[in-house]
Amino acid sequence: MRAVVTVVGKDKTGIISKVSTFLADKSVNILDISQTILEEYFAMIMLVDLTNAKLKLADLAEECRVMGEKIGMSVHVQHEDIFNAMHSV
Amino acid sequence: MFNYKQVLETIEMVEREHLDIRTVTMGVSLLPCIRATGEETARAVYDLVCKKAQNIVKVTEELSREYGIPIVNKRVSVTPVSIICAPFADKAPLIGRALDRAAKTLGIDFLGGYSALVHKGTADYEETFLKSIPEVLASTDMLCSSVNVGSSKSGINMDAVRLMGQVVKDTAAATSDRDGFGCAKLVVFCNAVEDNPFMAGAFHGIGESDTVINVGVSGPGVVQHAIEAVPDADIAELAETIKCTAFKITRAGQLIAREAAKRLNARFGIVDLSLAPTPARGDSVAQILEAMGLESVGTHGTTACLAMLNDAVKKGGVMASSRVGGLSGAFIPVSEDIGMIEAAERGDINLDKLEAMTAVCSVGLDMIAIPGDTPASTISAIIADEAAIGMINNKTTAVRVIPVPNKGVGEEVNFGGLLGRAPIMPVHGKSSEKFISRGGLIPAPIHSNKN
Repeated sequence: MRAVVTVVGKDKTGIISKVSTFLADKSVNILDISQTILEEYFAMIMLVDLTNAKLKLADLAEECRVMGEKIGMSVHVQHEDIFNAMHSV
Repeated sequence: MFNYKQVLETIEMVEREHLDIRTVTMGVSLLPCIRATGEETARAVYDLVCKKAQNIVKVTEELSREYGIPIVNKRVSVTPVSIICAPFADKAPLIGRALDRAAKTLGIDFLGGYSALVHKGTADYEETFLKSIPEVLASTDMLCSSVNVGSSKSGINMDAVRLMGQVVKDTAAATSDRDGFGCAKLVVFCNAVEDNPFMAGAFHGIGESDTVINVGVSGPGVVQHAIEAVPDADIAELAETIKCTAFKITRAGQLIAREAAKRLNARFGIVDLSLAPTPARGDSVAQILEAMGLESVGTHGTTACLAMLNDAVKKGGVMASSRVGGLSGAFIPVSEDIGMIEAAERGDINLDKLEAMTAVCSVGLDMIAIPGDTPASTISAIIADEAAIGMINNKTTAVRVIPVPNKGVGEEVNFGGLLGRAPIMPVHGKSSEKFISRGGLIPAPIHSNKN
């Protein structure tokens, strides 16, 4: 199963490192990363694979939200199908 | 890979614009529960509903977390109770209370189906059933009731209309300690649909499969935001914007509906495309109409704006989902929509304008508080007017009014939560008593003869 991780917030040092380390600890494999700065806001979208993940998507989403709060970022993890459904015909 | 705009747009819709799945409703057929006595039937009903829907709360919460979209309500709808208790109609309250207990055991928000379909005539057992509604709504918490009194195919059962005016009054009286709250759980329909996931009017139609999942999407805030993003657009462009927005919202609903059906071992029924407001600011159908350029909802032009909105929502939704059903349109409840509440408080909207609006949208006069001393015949006449609009226009219409006991115009009623608050609106003072007391059937319109 694949999911989309979105990280948005004020730019600072080490965001990618913190998020990717956190995901690696959960055995979540990163397939693709795209990152940019939008009007001094950091925005990163990752496509991840949960095949070997240590926890279920719903729990990963919750843990990532909590981790995001700790580093002052808004972190969402959502099943990729929601974006496929809403943005493609 | 997805682009930033798409991903961030979805997140923005949820975080700032109140996008949510308003309800996942499981329809359960109670036909297998009919036993020799009311007591046995009530036990079978409780057991079946608890078994079929045992995972609905768990599964919807899981889906909500996985897809990152809030699912606000988990509900169950059942076969109209008047049908399954026909041989022992005096025991209908037992079944109603068993359903209420099942709803509490499951931890769901509402359970609909304490209902009767009397659009062509009222059998004796149905009359007994209808008269049980006030007491049952007063002694239950989660149970909702609906009665279909007319249809485009059969006309309007004016005997049932007369009776329902009294039932609404009696329900208000039976729940007078809660400002007539029982009436918020009671809807009188014309052309009721069998797959409606929204309360209080949800029931599981007799033509439906045994267990289905119907999903109601929402998102007035998303539509309002989309309109505000194109301030200088002409009306055709606005319609196009609304259509595209409705498409996205509906796709989210369809995804959740399919996945919920799979995980709950049920058939995927329909997605209901309704724009359902809540009392939260920025989650209002009235504010969409105002964003189109009206100083206040209720002023001249409101009906036209609403007609366009309703149609554009349907067009976008139909494109997005393979199975569209339920009510599918814009809802205009007064107490559940902050824009409507404020317009009513300012005196900018009245019952007559709301009635006109119901001709071009789903569903009807919804969550409107009226004076407690309104005669039953006047409530019946309000129901008859709405049913006539539905019958002639081949659409669903409904009446959910609350004659608030011991309160009058200028006062307010507050039900709290999603049901919101409402200033009490005046009704016309002249009597409709003679008309209502005639009874009988308004014949079906000429255009119903299509065979």
